[in-house]
Amino acid sequence: MLVQNLAILVLAGFVGFAVISKVPNTLHTPLMSGTNAIHGIVLLGGLIVAGLGAEGVLDKILLVIAIAFGTINVIGGFLVTDRMLSMFKAPGRAGGSKTNQKKEQR
Amino acid sequence: MSRDVVIQLLYIVAFALFIYGLMGLTGPRTAVRGNWIAAAGMGVAVVATLLTPGMGNWWLILLGVAIGTAVGVPSAKQVKMTAMPQMVALFNGVGGGAVALIAWVEFRESHGFDGSPAHVAVASLFSAIVGSISFWGSLVAYGKLQEVITGRPVGIGRLQQPLNLVLLLASIAFAVVIIGGGDAQLLIIGLLVASAVLGVMVVLPIGGADMPVVISLLNALTGLSAAAMGLALDNTALIVAGMIVGASGTILTNLMAKAMNRSIPAIVAGGFGGGGSGTTQATGDQTVRRTSASDAAIQMAFANQVIIVPGYGMAVAQAQHAVREMAELLESRGVSVYYAIHPVAGRMPGHMNVLLAEADVPYERLKEMDDINREFARTDVAMVIGANDVTNPAARTDQDSPIYGMPILNVDESRSVIVLKRGMAPGFAGVDNALYFDPKTTMLFGDAKASVADVTEELKAL
Repeated sequence: MLVQNLAILVLAGFVGFAVISKVPNTLHTPLMSGTNAIHGIVLLGGLIVAGLGAEGVLDKILLVIAIAFGTINVIGGFLVTDRMLSMFKAPGRAGGSKTNQKKEQR
Repeated sequence: MSRDVVIQLLYIVAFALFIYGLMGLTGPRTAVRGNWIAAAGMGVAVVATLLTPGMGNWWLILLGVAIGTAVGVPSAKQVKMTAMPQMVALFNGVGGGAVALIAWVEFRESHGFDGSPAHVAVASLFSAIVGSISFWGSLVAYGKLQEVITGRPVGIGRLQQPLNLVLLLASIAFAVVIIGGGDAQLLIIGLLVASAVLGVMVVLPIGGADMPVVISLLNALTGLSAAAMGLALDNTALIVAGMIVGASGTILTNLMAKAMNRSIPAIVAGGFGGGGSGTTQATGDQTVRRTSASDAAIQMAFANQVIIVPGYGMAVAQAQHAVREMAELLESRGVSVYYAIHPVAGRMPGHMNVLLAEADVPYERLKEMDDINREFARTDVAMVIGANDVTNPAARTDQDSPIYGMPILNVDESRSVIVLKRGMAPGFAGVDNALYFDPKTTMLFGDAKASVADVTEELKAL
């Protein structure tokens, strides 16, 4: 199991390197925010440890905090990224779609 | 088909969505969709996990998710665009905090990893250390950007590096004792505390201008800690998503550092202005020339080309709408107006683009540094609104300056410069700006939004 998981780990690392090749400066922040949301996957860790049995009161409290943290990371991360991105208008289509985008934000 | 297989298949769908979404996030046209594709992947991964046979403690899970949603959604929806960088830092921090807490619970539940395979203990403790560093480091980054703590580098000088090393070794020593069979609660608490102090001490001496790079670095670290947690829990979704973030985050950190002509080790080793170089006193007794809103208005109204250089001051004052209004007035008088966007103007790359886009400034008026730098020599008036370090000519000329080598906007090449500023305080890097003492520069002191509004009124009256 460990060896398989290590293989997955290494391959995933190369995928991560490969995906980010050339990014325009303006997208650095949204991209950071987006990857930030993806590591909210730690929520799964909280779910598994809590779901498969936590005994003590302290452990339960810690896990609720961990799950809350993970949820904030995921939901907050994706929402903030979306808000940032909705601020950029595609160069070609200024004007017409402007009002629509404003509405979507609200 | 057994439930485990279904879960694994759903996880594979989730990775595919993550990777596809991330690819989308690297291009301007596909970015919005990419973000939602990645979010869908997260949804699939969560649902798959909840299908795990033997899941219980539903009320705990529900409570945690409810609290997280109640806190996360409003803070993400209501945060001002100016406060976006610290929000990202905070969201990153809680992710790291979650990892550290889970590792702590794992330790407690298994009585110090008694009977667990060695790799589980190693991976858990690694994620505890890194998660804790990321959590506390991000909190300090948040504090600095929110100006709860000073944005200036805070350090203890020469002792900094040895102290950090001692803290790191202490964290590792606690981990080694635990792996060797130690199961006292104090061991894991000691490990978490030592790495927490390390996180604080590493970020505290870093100057504000480097903060985006640091947040990106902490982001990559949280990803790595998530991947380690995945190894400990034998969960492929955590391994893949965590490692992708760890790797792509590292690349992104590098790209950001390159945009500022800084190296990651130099940033981490202690930020701008740490040594207090000799250049700062030299300008102490020089005088600056003040101007008034009406003079500034006249100067710009009769110019052929005006370049606006926005910085963090514009963001703080929420002046972007006022600026757009002023620019429109100038354009109606036949002046061509461009905006010079330094890659790290503000507190994050893209910060200014976001703000100006919010104010409906046409996209094609925003020029990146390399394109606009050729234009300054042909420009009558450059108006600097709350930008400082990114316009400091010392970055080109003064080898002793802490910001030497950083690419800057060549504002000093334009025929005249108007600087809008609250006062004579130095910029985030803590260095004086020679531009302000240039004979062709005039200063318009006051809140950026108020100053721009005054200039606009004067323009209307002309």
